[in-house]
Amino acid sequence: MNLMTERSLEKAVGDKMNAVASTNKMKGDKVSVFYGAKQALFDVDLDIPEKMVTALIGPSGCGKSTFLRSLNRMNDTIEGCRVTGQITLDGEDIYDPKIDVVELRARVGMVFQKPNPFPKSIYENVAYGPRIHGLAKSRHELDEIVESSLRRASLFEEVKDRLHDAGTGLSGGQQQRLCIARAIAVSPEVILMDEPCSALDPIATAKVEELIDELRQNYTIVIVTHSMQQAARVSQKTAMFHLGNLVEVGETEMMFTTPKEKRTQDYITGRFG
Amino acid sequence: MQSQHTVRSYDDELKFLAHKIAEMGGHAERMVEQSVTAIVNADKALAQRVISDDLILDACEREIDDRAIAIIAKRQPMAVDLREIIGSIRISADLERVGDLGKNIAKRVAAISETRQSLNVYRGLQTLAELALTQLKDVLDAFATRSIEQINIVRDRDDEIDAMYTSLFRELLTYMMEDPRNISACTHLLFCAKNIERIGDHATNIAETVYYIVTGQQMPPDRPKEDLSHGIVVDEARQA
Repeated sequence: MNLMTERSLEKAVGDKMNAVASTNKMKGDKVSVFYGAKQALFDVDLDIPEKMVTALIGPSGCGKSTFLRSLNRMNDTIEGCRVTGQITLDGEDIYDPKIDVVELRARVGMVFQKPNPFPKSIYENVAYGPRIHGLAKSRHELDEIVESSLRRASLFEEVKDRLHDAGTGLSGGQQQRLCIARAIAVSPEVILMDEPCSALDPIATAKVEELIDELRQNYTIVIVTHSMQQAARVSQKTAMFHLGNLVEVGETEMMFTTPKEKRTQDYITGRFG
Repeated sequence: MQSQHTVRSYDDELKFLAHKIAEMGGHAERMVEQSVTAIVNADKALAQRVISDDLILDACEREIDDRAIAIIAKRQPMAVDLREIIGSIRISADLERVGDLGKNIAKRVAAISETRQSLNVYRGLQTLAELALTQLKDVLDAFATRSIEQINIVRDRDDEIDAMYTSLFRELLTYMMEDPRNISACTHLLFCAKNIERIGDHATNIAETVYYIVTGQQMPPDRPKEDLSHGIVVDEARQA
Protein backbone atom coordinates (compact mmCIF):
# COMPACT_ATOMS: atom_id res chain seq x y z
CA MET A 1 0.00 0.00 0.00
CA ASN A 2 2.75 2.37 1.04
CA LEU A 3 4.76 1.50 -1.99
CA MET A 4 1.82 2.20 -4.24
CA THR A 5 1.18 5.56 -2.67
CA GLU A 6 4.80 6.50 -3.04
CA ARG A 7 4.82 5.36 -6.62
CA SER A 8 1.72 7.30 -7.52
CA LEU A 9 3.08 10.31 -5.68
CA GLU A 10 6.30 10.15 -7.66
CA LYS A 11 4.24 9.82 -10.80
CA ALA A 12 2.08 12.77 -9.91
CA VAL A 13 5.18 14.89 -9.34
CA GLY A 14 6.61 13.59 -12.60
CA ASP A 15 3.41 14.47 -14.42
CA LYS A 16 3.51 18.01 -13.11
CA MET A 17 7.10 18.39 -14.29
CA ASN A 18 6.22 16.90 -17.65
CA ALA A 19 3.38 19.35 -18.00
CA VAL A 20 5.84 22.17 -17.61
CA ALA A 21 8.60 20.72 -19.76
CA SER A 22 6.49 19.22 -22.50
CA THR A 23 6.42 20.69 -25.98
CA ASN A 24 3.57 20.32 -28.40
CA LYS A 25 3.96 17.39 -30.77
CA MET A 26 0.95 18.36 -32.85
CA LYS A 27 -0.94 21.61 -33.15
CA GLY A 28 -4.45 22.17 -34.45
CA ASP A 29 -5.16 25.71 -35.56
CA LYS A 30 -8.72 26.74 -36.47
CA VAL A 31 -9.52 23.22 -37.63
CA SER A 32 -12.93 22.90 -39.29
CA VAL A 33 -14.19 19.68 -40.86
CA PHE A 34 -17.10 19.42 -43.31
CA TYR A 35 -18.87 16.27 -44.43
CA GLY A 36 -20.37 17.55 -47.67
CA ALA A 37 -22.41 20.62 -46.73
CA LYS A 38 -22.57 19.68 -43.07
CA GLN A 39 -19.95 21.19 -40.79
CA ALA A 40 -18.86 18.75 -38.10
CA LEU A 41 -16.08 20.73 -36.46
CA PHE A 42 -15.85 24.49 -35.89
CA ASP A 43 -12.51 26.32 -35.65
CA VAL A 44 -10.89 24.01 -33.13
CA ASP A 45 -7.58 25.17 -31.66
CA LEU A 46 -6.06 22.25 -29.80
CA ASP A 47 -2.44 21.33 -29.12
CA ILE A 48 -1.27 17.79 -28.43
CA PRO A 49 1.60 17.76 -25.92
CA GLU A 50 4.47 15.38 -26.56
CA LYS A 51 4.75 12.13 -24.56
CA MET A 52 1.53 12.71 -22.75
CA VAL A 53 -1.94 11.27 -23.04
CA THR A 54 -4.55 13.70 -24.28
CA ALA A 55 -8.16 12.59 -23.83
CA LEU A 56 -10.97 13.86 -26.04
CA ILE A 57 -14.37 13.62 -24.38
CA GLY A 58 -17.91 14.70 -25.19
CA PRO A 59 -21.30 13.25 -26.09
CA SER A 60 -21.82 11.27 -29.31
CA GLY A 61 -21.66 13.43 -32.41
CA CYS A 62 -19.66 16.16 -30.68
CA GLY A 63 -16.79 15.97 -33.18
CA LYS A 64 -14.14 14.34 -30.99
CA SER A 65 -13.64 11.35 -33.31
CA THR A 66 -13.70 13.68 -36.31
CA PHE A 67 -10.89 15.69 -34.77
CA LEU A 68 -8.95 12.53 -33.91
CA ARG A 69 -9.28 11.21 -37.46
CA SER A 70 -8.13 14.49 -38.94
CA LEU A 71 -4.84 14.11 -37.05
CA ASN A 72 -3.64 11.39 -39.42
CA ARG A 73 -5.90 12.27 -42.33
CA MET A 74 -8.15 9.26 -41.91
CA ASN A 75 -10.93 11.61 -42.98
CA ASP A 76 -9.40 11.64 -46.48
CA THR A 77 -10.96 8.25 -47.03
CA ILE A 78 -14.46 9.64 -46.50
CA GLU A 79 -16.21 10.90 -49.62
CA GLY A 80 -16.98 14.63 -49.52
CA CYS A 81 -14.93 15.32 -46.40
CA ARG A 82 -13.10 18.63 -46.32
CA VAL A 83 -10.70 19.95 -43.68
CA THR A 84 -9.82 23.63 -43.30
CA GLY A 85 -7.43 25.31 -40.90
CA GLN A 86 -4.05 23.86 -40.12
CA ILE A 87 -2.76 20.77 -38.35
CA THR A 88 0.97 20.42 -37.86
CA LEU A 89 3.18 17.53 -36.77
CA ASP A 90 6.52 18.79 -35.45
CA GLY A 91 5.70 22.09 -37.12
CA GLU A 92 5.01 20.53 -40.50
CA ASP A 93 1.58 21.01 -42.11
CA ILE A 94 0.15 17.50 -42.51
CA TYR A 95 -2.35 18.66 -45.13
CA ASP A 96 0.44 20.02 -47.34
CA PRO A 97 0.11 18.39 -50.81
CA LYS A 98 3.78 17.33 -50.57
CA ILE A 99 3.10 15.14 -47.55
CA ASP A 100 3.12 11.39 -48.21
CA VAL A 101 -0.06 10.20 -46.47
CA VAL A 102 1.20 6.62 -46.07
CA GLU A 103 4.30 7.90 -44.31
CA LEU A 104 2.20 10.26 -42.19
CA ARG A 105 0.04 7.37 -41.00
CA ALA A 106 3.16 5.42 -40.09
CA ARG A 107 4.21 8.34 -37.91
CA VAL A 108 0.69 8.84 -36.54
CA GLY A 109 -0.72 5.37 -35.95
CA MET A 110 -4.24 4.47 -35.02
CA VAL A 111 -6.06 1.92 -32.85
CA PHE A 112 -9.77 1.50 -33.40
CA GLN A 113 -12.80 0.85 -31.25
CA LYS A 114 -13.25 -2.75 -32.34
CA PRO A 115 -10.11 -4.85 -32.43
CA ASN A 116 -9.51 -5.44 -36.13
CA PRO A 117 -6.58 -7.82 -36.61
CA PHE A 118 -5.86 -8.92 -40.17
CA PRO A 119 -7.07 -12.48 -40.91
CA LYS A 120 -3.48 -13.64 -40.67
CA SER A 121 -1.19 -15.05 -38.00
CA ILE A 122 -0.26 -13.07 -34.89
CA TYR A 123 3.26 -12.76 -36.29
CA GLU A 124 2.10 -11.50 -39.68
CA ASN A 125 -0.24 -8.95 -38.10
CA VAL A 126 2.71 -7.25 -36.46
CA ALA A 127 5.24 -7.89 -39.26
CA TYR A 128 3.01 -6.46 -42.00
CA GLY A 129 3.70 -2.77 -41.32
CA PRO A 130 7.49 -2.96 -40.87
CA ARG A 131 7.67 -5.08 -44.02
CA ILE A 132 5.78 -2.72 -46.33
CA HIS A 133 7.65 0.26 -44.89
CA GLY A 134 10.94 -1.60 -45.35
CA LEU A 135 11.92 -1.20 -41.70
CA ALA A 136 13.64 -4.59 -41.41
CA LYS A 137 16.67 -5.60 -43.45
CA SER A 138 16.56 -9.28 -42.57
CA ARG A 139 14.22 -11.96 -41.30
CA HIS A 140 16.09 -11.81 -38.02
CA GLU A 141 15.51 -8.09 -37.68
CA LEU A 142 11.83 -8.53 -38.46
CA ASP A 143 11.59 -11.21 -35.76
CA GLU A 144 13.10 -8.75 -33.33
CA ILE A 145 10.64 -6.00 -34.26
CA VAL A 146 7.71 -8.40 -33.86
CA GLU A 147 8.92 -9.58 -30.48
CA SER A 148 9.68 -6.14 -29.10
CA SER A 149 6.37 -4.74 -30.36
CA LEU A 150 4.45 -7.59 -28.76
CA ARG A 151 6.44 -7.08 -25.56
CA ARG A 152 5.71 -3.37 -25.47
CA ALA A 153 2.04 -4.16 -25.99
CA SER A 154 2.29 -6.55 -22.98
CA LEU A 155 1.15 -9.44 -25.14
CA PHE A 156 4.32 -11.41 -25.89
CA GLU A 157 4.26 -13.65 -22.84
CA GLU A 158 0.69 -14.70 -23.62
CA VAL A 159 1.28 -15.55 -27.29
CA LYS A 160 4.95 -16.47 -27.62
CA ASP A 161 4.17 -20.16 -28.15
CA ARG A 162 1.59 -19.60 -30.85
CA LEU A 163 2.91 -16.72 -32.94
CA HIS A 164 1.78 -18.45 -36.10
CA ASP A 165 -1.79 -19.04 -34.98
CA ALA A 166 -4.50 -16.77 -36.37
CA GLY A 167 -4.69 -13.32 -34.73
CA THR A 168 -8.45 -13.51 -34.89
CA GLY A 169 -8.36 -16.52 -32.55
CA LEU A 170 -7.25 -14.37 -29.60
CA SER A 171 -9.62 -12.98 -26.99
CA GLY A 172 -11.02 -9.48 -27.51
CA GLY A 173 -8.57 -7.88 -25.08
CA GLN A 174 -5.63 -9.75 -26.62
CA GLN A 175 -6.77 -8.74 -30.11
CA GLN A 176 -6.83 -5.09 -29.05
CA ARG A 177 -3.32 -5.37 -27.63
CA LEU A 178 -2.30 -7.08 -30.88
CA CYS A 179 -3.63 -4.06 -32.77
CA ILE A 180 -1.63 -1.81 -30.47
CA ALA A 181 1.47 -3.96 -31.13
CA ARG A 182 0.75 -3.62 -34.84
CA ALA A 183 0.54 0.16 -34.49
CA ILE A 184 3.78 0.28 -32.48
CA ALA A 185 5.68 -1.96 -34.92
CA VAL A 186 6.18 0.83 -37.45
CA SER A 187 7.72 3.07 -34.74
CA PRO A 188 5.08 5.78 -34.77
CA GLU A 189 5.52 9.03 -32.89
CA VAL A 190 1.86 9.56 -32.14
CA ILE A 191 -0.78 6.89 -31.44
CA LEU A 192 -4.44 7.77 -31.90
CA MET A 193 -6.93 5.59 -30.04
CA ASP A 194 -10.62 5.72 -30.85
CA GLU A 195 -12.46 4.23 -27.85
CA PRO A 196 -9.92 1.42 -27.59
CA CYS A 197 -11.64 -0.25 -24.63
CA SER A 198 -15.31 0.05 -25.43
CA ALA A 199 -15.48 -3.55 -26.67
CA LEU A 200 -13.41 -4.97 -23.81
CA ASP A 201 -14.23 -6.38 -20.39
CA PRO A 202 -12.96 -4.60 -17.25
CA ILE A 203 -9.85 -6.79 -16.92
CA ALA A 204 -8.83 -6.34 -20.54
CA THR A 205 -9.61 -2.64 -20.15
CA ALA A 206 -7.32 -2.43 -17.14
CA LYS A 207 -4.53 -4.10 -19.12
CA VAL A 208 -4.91 -1.67 -21.99
CA GLU A 209 -4.97 1.27 -19.57
CA GLU A 210 -1.81 0.01 -17.89
CA LEU A 211 -0.30 -0.30 -21.35
CA ILE A 212 -1.28 3.27 -22.26
CA ASP A 213 0.44 4.44 -19.11
CA GLU A 214 3.66 2.66 -20.13
CA LEU A 215 3.46 3.74 -23.76
CA ARG A 216 3.39 7.40 -22.92
CA GLN A 217 7.03 7.20 -21.87
CA ASN A 218 7.86 6.91 -25.56
CA TYR A 219 4.82 7.98 -27.52
CA THR A 220 2.39 10.84 -27.74
CA ILE A 221 -1.11 9.47 -27.29
CA VAL A 222 -4.52 10.90 -28.13
CA ILE A 223 -7.48 8.91 -26.90
CA VAL A 224 -11.20 9.30 -27.55
CA THR A 225 -13.25 7.74 -24.79
CA HIS A 226 -16.82 7.70 -23.57
CA SER A 227 -15.73 6.57 -20.14
CA MET A 228 -15.14 9.63 -18.00
CA GLN A 229 -13.35 7.54 -15.41
CA GLN A 230 -11.04 6.21 -18.07
CA ALA A 231 -10.21 9.70 -19.30
CA ALA A 232 -9.56 10.73 -15.71
CA ARG A 233 -7.33 7.70 -15.13
CA VAL A 234 -5.18 7.60 -18.23
CA SER A 235 -4.80 11.16 -19.46
CA GLN A 236 -2.88 14.22 -18.37
CA LYS A 237 -4.74 16.65 -20.60
CA THR A 238 -8.44 16.57 -21.40
CA ALA A 239 -10.40 18.35 -24.11
CA MET A 240 -14.19 18.53 -23.97
CA PHE A 241 -16.14 18.79 -27.24
CA HIS A 242 -19.79 19.61 -27.79
CA LEU A 243 -21.70 20.13 -31.06
CA GLY A 244 -18.48 20.42 -33.03
CA ASN A 245 -16.93 23.01 -30.74
CA LEU A 246 -14.06 22.68 -28.33
CA VAL A 247 -15.75 23.67 -25.06
CA GLU A 248 -12.87 23.50 -22.64
CA VAL A 249 -9.37 22.10 -22.44
CA GLY A 250 -7.11 21.77 -19.43
CA GLU A 251 -5.17 19.56 -17.08
CA THR A 252 -7.14 16.37 -16.56
CA GLU A 253 -7.28 16.67 -12.79
CA MET A 254 -8.79 20.13 -13.04
CA MET A 255 -11.23 19.09 -15.75
CA PHE A 256 -12.72 16.33 -13.62
CA THR A 257 -12.75 18.14 -10.29
CA THR A 258 -13.34 21.81 -11.02
CA PRO A 259 -14.21 22.36 -14.67
CA LYS A 260 -14.79 25.99 -15.57
CA GLU A 261 -17.51 25.52 -18.16
CA LYS A 262 -21.03 24.53 -17.20
CA ARG A 263 -21.30 22.23 -20.23
CA THR A 264 -18.22 20.29 -19.08
CA GLN A 265 -19.58 20.08 -15.55
CA ASP A 266 -22.97 18.87 -16.80
CA TYR A 267 -21.40 16.28 -19.07
CA ILE A 268 -18.97 14.74 -16.61
CA THR A 269 -21.52 14.60 -13.79
CA GLY A 270 -24.17 13.01 -16.00
CA ARG A 271 -26.54 15.96 -16.26
CA PHE A 272 -26.58 16.46 -20.00
CA GLY A 273 -29.58 17.57 -22.04
CA MET B 1 -29.20 25.27 -8.40
CA GLN B 2 -27.85 22.36 -10.40
CA SER B 3 -29.90 20.91 -13.20
CA GLN B 4 -31.05 17.32 -12.84
CA HIS B 5 -29.08 14.20 -13.58
CA THR B 6 -30.10 12.10 -16.53
CA VAL B 7 -30.57 9.24 -14.07
CA ARG B 8 -33.16 10.61 -11.67
CA SER B 9 -32.56 8.15 -8.86
CA TYR B 10 -29.06 9.68 -8.57
CA ASP B 11 -30.69 13.02 -7.67
CA ASP B 12 -32.85 11.26 -5.11
CA GLU B 13 -29.79 9.72 -3.49
CA LEU B 14 -28.03 13.08 -3.26
CA LYS B 15 -31.19 14.70 -1.91
CA PHE B 16 -31.39 12.02 0.75
CA LEU B 17 -27.91 12.99 1.99
CA ALA B 18 -28.80 16.69 2.05
CA HIS B 19 -32.03 16.03 3.94
CA LYS B 20 -30.29 13.81 6.43
CA ILE B 21 -27.68 16.51 7.08
CA ALA B 22 -30.44 19.08 7.65
CA GLU B 23 -32.13 16.64 10.03
CA MET B 24 -28.88 16.04 11.92
CA GLY B 25 -28.26 19.78 12.08
CA GLY B 26 -31.66 20.48 13.61
CA HIS B 27 -31.19 17.65 16.05
CA ALA B 28 -27.72 18.80 17.13
CA GLU B 29 -28.91 22.40 17.60
CA ARG B 30 -31.76 21.21 19.78
CA MET B 31 -29.47 19.07 21.91
CA VAL B 32 -27.11 21.96 22.62
CA GLU B 33 -29.94 24.37 23.31
CA GLN B 34 -31.62 21.96 25.71
CA SER B 35 -28.40 21.08 27.49
CA VAL B 36 -27.78 24.74 28.28
CA THR B 37 -31.41 25.20 29.37
CA ALA B 38 -30.99 22.17 31.61
CA ILE B 39 -27.99 23.82 33.27
CA VAL B 40 -29.70 27.16 33.75
CA ASN B 41 -32.86 25.56 35.18
CA ALA B 42 -31.06 22.72 36.96
CA ASP B 43 -33.38 20.40 35.04
CA LYS B 44 -31.98 16.89 35.39
CA ALA B 45 -34.80 15.20 33.48
CA LEU B 46 -34.16 17.38 30.44
CA ALA B 47 -30.44 16.64 30.72
CA GLN B 48 -31.21 12.93 30.69
CA ARG B 49 -33.27 13.34 27.51
CA VAL B 50 -30.40 15.14 25.80
CA ILE B 51 -28.03 12.34 26.76
CA SER B 52 -30.25 9.63 25.29
CA ASP B 53 -30.96 11.72 22.16
CA ASP B 54 -27.31 11.46 21.18
CA LEU B 55 -27.93 7.92 19.97
CA ILE B 56 -30.15 9.23 17.18
CA LEU B 57 -27.40 11.52 15.94
CA ASP B 58 -24.86 8.68 15.96
CA ALA B 59 -27.23 6.53 13.91
CA CYS B 60 -27.72 9.36 11.39
CA GLU B 61 -23.98 9.72 10.92
CA ARG B 62 -23.58 6.01 10.26
CA GLU B 63 -26.44 6.07 7.79
CA ILE B 64 -24.92 9.00 5.88
CA ASP B 65 -21.57 7.19 5.75
CA ASP B 66 -23.17 4.02 4.40
CA ARG B 67 -25.26 5.81 1.80
CA ALA B 68 -22.37 7.99 0.68
CA ILE B 69 -20.11 4.98 0.18
CA ALA B 70 -22.86 3.21 -1.75
CA ILE B 71 -23.32 6.23 -4.06
CA ILE B 72 -19.58 6.46 -4.73
CA ALA B 73 -19.44 2.75 -5.56
CA LYS B 74 -22.52 2.86 -7.75
CA ARG B 75 -22.25 6.20 -9.58
CA GLN B 76 -18.55 7.06 -9.68
CA PRO B 77 -19.41 10.69 -9.01
CA MET B 78 -17.38 13.51 -10.57
CA ALA B 79 -16.70 17.16 -9.80
CA VAL B 80 -19.41 18.89 -7.75
CA ASP B 81 -21.27 15.64 -7.04
CA LEU B 82 -18.16 14.03 -5.61
CA ARG B 83 -17.45 17.10 -3.48
CA GLU B 84 -21.01 17.09 -2.22
CA ILE B 85 -20.82 13.45 -1.16
CA ILE B 86 -17.44 13.81 0.54
CA GLY B 87 -18.68 17.06 2.07
CA SER B 88 -21.73 15.28 3.50
CA ILE B 89 -19.50 12.74 5.19
CA ARG B 90 -17.41 15.49 6.74
CA ILE B 91 -20.35 17.65 7.81
CA SER B 92 -22.13 14.71 9.41
CA ALA B 93 -18.97 13.94 11.39
CA ASP B 94 -18.86 17.55 12.60
CA LEU B 95 -22.53 17.45 13.56
CA GLU B 96 -22.07 14.19 15.38
CA ARG B 97 -19.32 15.86 17.42
CA VAL B 98 -21.60 18.82 18.14
CA GLY B 99 -24.12 16.32 19.51
CA ASP B 100 -21.41 14.74 21.68
CA LEU B 101 -20.53 18.15 23.07
CA GLY B 102 -24.21 18.78 23.86
CA LYS B 103 -24.36 15.42 25.62
CA ASN B 104 -21.22 16.30 27.54
CA ILE B 105 -22.78 19.53 28.79
CA ALA B 106 -25.94 17.67 29.79
CA LYS B 107 -23.91 15.15 31.81
CA ARG B 108 -22.59 17.94 34.02
CA VAL B 109 -26.03 19.23 34.97
CA ALA B 110 -26.21 17.09 38.10
CA ALA B 111 -22.85 18.28 39.43
CA ILE B 112 -23.48 21.91 38.60
CA SER B 113 -26.91 21.88 40.20
CA GLU B 114 -25.34 21.19 43.60
CA THR B 115 -24.72 24.91 44.07
CA ARG B 116 -26.20 28.00 42.46
CA GLN B 117 -23.90 30.44 40.73
CA SER B 118 -24.34 34.11 39.97
CA LEU B 119 -26.88 34.83 37.24
CA ASN B 120 -24.07 36.43 35.27
CA VAL B 121 -22.44 33.08 34.71
CA TYR B 122 -25.59 31.48 33.35
CA ARG B 123 -26.27 34.51 31.19
CA GLY B 124 -22.73 34.32 29.83
CA LEU B 125 -23.13 30.65 29.05
CA GLN B 126 -26.45 31.28 27.35
CA THR B 127 -25.04 34.08 25.21
CA LEU B 128 -22.12 31.91 24.25
CA ALA B 129 -24.49 29.10 23.27
CA GLU B 130 -26.67 31.49 21.29
CA LEU B 131 -23.65 32.71 19.35
CA ALA B 132 -22.49 29.19 18.60
CA LEU B 133 -25.95 28.02 17.61
CA THR B 134 -26.55 31.01 15.32
CA GLN B 135 -23.26 30.13 13.76
CA LEU B 136 -24.30 26.51 13.28
CA LYS B 137 -27.69 27.50 11.88
CA ASP B 138 -26.09 29.88 9.37
CA VAL B 139 -23.62 27.33 8.03
CA LEU B 140 -26.38 24.75 7.69
CA ASP B 141 -28.45 27.31 5.76
CA ALA B 142 -25.42 27.96 3.58
CA PHE B 143 -25.19 24.21 2.94
CA ALA B 144 -28.90 23.93 2.13
CA THR B 145 -28.81 26.82 -0.34
CA ARG B 146 -25.25 26.25 -1.59
CA SER B 147 -24.52 29.94 -1.10
CA ILE B 148 -21.15 31.09 0.12
CA GLU B 149 -21.83 34.83 0.42
CA GLN B 150 -22.35 34.55 4.18
CA ILE B 151 -19.49 32.18 4.83
CA ASN B 152 -16.91 34.78 5.75
CA ILE B 153 -19.24 36.33 8.31
CA VAL B 154 -19.34 32.94 9.99
CA ARG B 155 -15.60 32.97 10.35
CA ASP B 156 -15.62 36.50 11.77
CA ARG B 157 -18.24 35.51 14.30
CA ASP B 158 -16.12 32.62 15.47
CA ASP B 159 -13.73 35.27 16.76
CA GLU B 160 -16.60 36.71 18.80
CA ILE B 161 -17.23 33.30 20.31
CA ASP B 162 -13.58 32.95 21.21
CA ALA B 163 -13.56 36.39 22.86
CA MET B 164 -16.76 35.64 24.75
CA TYR B 165 -15.32 32.34 25.94
CA THR B 166 -12.13 34.00 27.12
CA SER B 167 -14.08 36.52 29.18
CA LEU B 168 -16.29 33.80 30.67
CA PHE B 169 -13.14 31.90 31.60
CA ARG B 170 -11.86 34.94 33.52
CA GLU B 171 -15.17 35.38 35.25
CA LEU B 172 -15.38 31.78 36.41
CA LEU B 173 -11.81 31.95 37.66
CA THR B 174 -12.74 34.99 39.72
CA TYR B 175 -15.70 33.22 41.31
CA MET B 176 -13.51 30.29 42.23
CA MET B 177 -11.03 32.59 43.93
CA GLU B 178 -13.78 34.39 45.80
CA ASP B 179 -15.18 31.22 47.33
CA PRO B 180 -13.53 27.83 47.09
CA ARG B 181 -16.96 26.17 47.49
CA ASN B 182 -17.64 27.36 43.93
CA ILE B 183 -14.71 25.43 42.54
CA SER B 184 -16.41 22.18 41.61
CA ALA B 185 -19.44 23.78 39.92
CA CYS B 186 -17.34 26.43 38.21
CA THR B 187 -14.91 23.84 36.90
CA HIS B 188 -17.82 21.98 35.35
CA LEU B 189 -19.16 25.24 33.94
CA LEU B 190 -15.73 25.91 32.50
CA PHE B 191 -15.88 22.63 30.64
CA CYS B 192 -19.37 23.49 29.43
CA ALA B 193 -18.13 26.82 28.11
CA LYS B 194 -15.23 25.08 26.40
CA ASN B 195 -17.63 22.61 24.82
CA ILE B 196 -19.75 25.42 23.44
CA GLU B 197 -16.66 27.16 22.12
CA ARG B 198 -15.79 23.90 20.34
CA ILE B 199 -19.21 23.93 18.70
CA GLY B 200 -18.23 27.22 17.09
CA ASP B 201 -15.10 25.54 15.73
CA HIS B 202 -17.18 22.73 14.21
CA ALA B 203 -19.45 25.34 12.63
CA THR B 204 -16.34 26.91 11.10
CA ASN B 205 -15.27 23.48 9.79
CA ILE B 206 -18.68 23.07 8.19
CA ALA B 207 -18.38 26.54 6.64
CA GLU B 208 -15.08 25.50 5.07
CA THR B 209 -16.61 22.28 3.77
CA VAL B 210 -19.54 24.17 2.21
CA TYR B 211 -17.10 26.58 0.58
CA TYR B 212 -15.22 23.60 -0.87
CA ILE B 213 -18.39 21.92 -2.12
CA VAL B 214 -19.55 25.07 -3.89
CA THR B 215 -16.28 26.36 -5.34
CA GLY B 216 -14.02 23.31 -5.56
CA GLN B 217 -11.33 25.41 -3.88
CA GLN B 218 -10.11 25.28 -0.30
CA MET B 219 -11.18 28.30 1.68
CA PRO B 220 -8.26 30.75 1.74
CA PRO B 221 -6.37 30.50 5.04
CA ASP B 222 -7.47 33.02 7.60
CA ARG B 223 -5.57 35.01 10.19
CA PRO B 224 -4.70 32.81 13.18
CA LYS B 225 -7.74 32.42 15.38
CA GLU B 226 -8.11 30.92 18.80
CA ASP B 227 -9.40 31.65 22.20
CA LEU B 228 -6.85 33.25 24.49
CA SER B 229 -7.80 31.39 27.66
CA HIS B 230 -4.70 29.21 27.51
CA GLY B 231 -2.63 32.23 28.58
CA ILE B 232 -4.78 33.30 31.50
CA VAL B 233 -3.37 32.92 34.98
CA VAL B 234 -4.96 33.64 38.30
CA ASP B 235 -3.29 37.04 38.83
CA GLU B 236 -4.60 38.29 35.57
CA ALA B 237 -8.10 37.11 36.40
CA ARG B 238 -7.99 39.03 39.66
CA GLN B 239 -7.16 42.22 37.82
CA ALA B 240 -10.02 41.73 35.40
